[in-house]
Amino acid sequence: MRLNELGSIIVIIVVAAAAYFLHESPPPPQPKTTVILVPDAGGKVGAVSVKSAQGETLIDSAYASATTIGANAPVVGSSSAAQVAQTFGSTIKALPLKPVSYTLYFLEGRDEYTPESRQTIETILLELAKRPAANIAVIGHTDRVGALEYNDRLSLQRTERVRADFVQRGVAERAISVAGRGEREPLIATADEVSEPRNRRVEINIR
Amino acid sequence: MLNRIVKIIVVALALLPALAAAEDAGQIKVVNGPVTIERGGKSLPAVIGARVQQSDILRTGAGGSVGVTMMDNTLVSAGPNSELVIERYAFNSTTHQGQFDAGLRRGTLSMVSGKIAKQSPGAVRVITPGTVLGARGTEFHVQVTE
Repeated sequence: MRLNELGSIIVIIVVAAAAYFLHESPPPPQPKTTVILVPDAGGKVGAVSVKSAQGETLIDSAYASATTIGANAPVVGSSSAAQVAQTFGSTIKALPLKPVSYTLYFLEGRDEYTPESRQTIETILLELAKRPAANIAVIGHTDRVGALEYNDRLSLQRTERVRADFVQRGVAERAISVAGRGEREPLIATADEVSEPRNRRVEINIR
Repeated sequence: MLNRIVKIIVVALALLPALAAAEDAGQIKVVNGPVTIERGGKSLPAVIGARVQQSDILRTGAGGSVGVTMMDNTLVSAGPNSELVIERYAFNSTTHQGQFDAGLRRGTLSMVSGKIAKQSPGAVRVITPGTVLGARGTEFHVQVTE
């Protein structure tokens, strides 16, 4: 066998081996992360910091995006409402309803609602109907007329009134938790023994 | 006697992390299609109203999606073919301080930030393979692909 023939064979073997190994072990896939910042329901835009092994950036405008591939530094770009809807439509649809809060007001020294608050109860019941597995936190307060202990009891009576009315209207009792804060957390700061209608209230937080 | 007291203390201390981990982190409010919760190696049905705890893994299949309201009112959802891990969750309802690390291993996530992000910017993070996102507020979407 001539020397240059032998050389050709070696070259062919090396090329074949290289092709074989390259084929068998492609480079591992690089994980890719894309984040897109959007305006919230109220139109407000926050910010997201994005950090990979080789860099860090901050996006803080509507539909700004950042993409990282493997350890590479994030690359800032921009997206659109249409693109977001296409990629994240079903994800966004799965977001739970935002928690809401209501305040019911009461007559002085009693666990009776004001006429306006009687209407608010209907609004709350409509809202609850939209929410499967709602959690309802009911927190009672009083103004500063009367002794501390008296007001602790009165605030709890008010929450129990709300609980009873909700349960009577078909709300599951285990979904409701109550707490009385008495005159300890007034909405409007007053001196002791001051009658203040805005402090005679029950807060209702629904999640 | 002293030995016994020491033993009791050791056992009690060992149980502390387990007790902390068993606290509710959130509650599932939305379920569409195939969704499971993996907790301690066991697969639980993901139904509306189910509680979510730290270390839980939420998995969705094709056409599946899930939405969770966290204790601090953070809203988080995962789209189809996703894996979402509640890596760390702590929330103090009095001070509103806390920590939320959500791991997105694959798929899509949407988040609307709650009380923790408002109180302590930087305390809510989405961790993906190779990237850490710090949520400084309100709404964003994340996709992990290969």
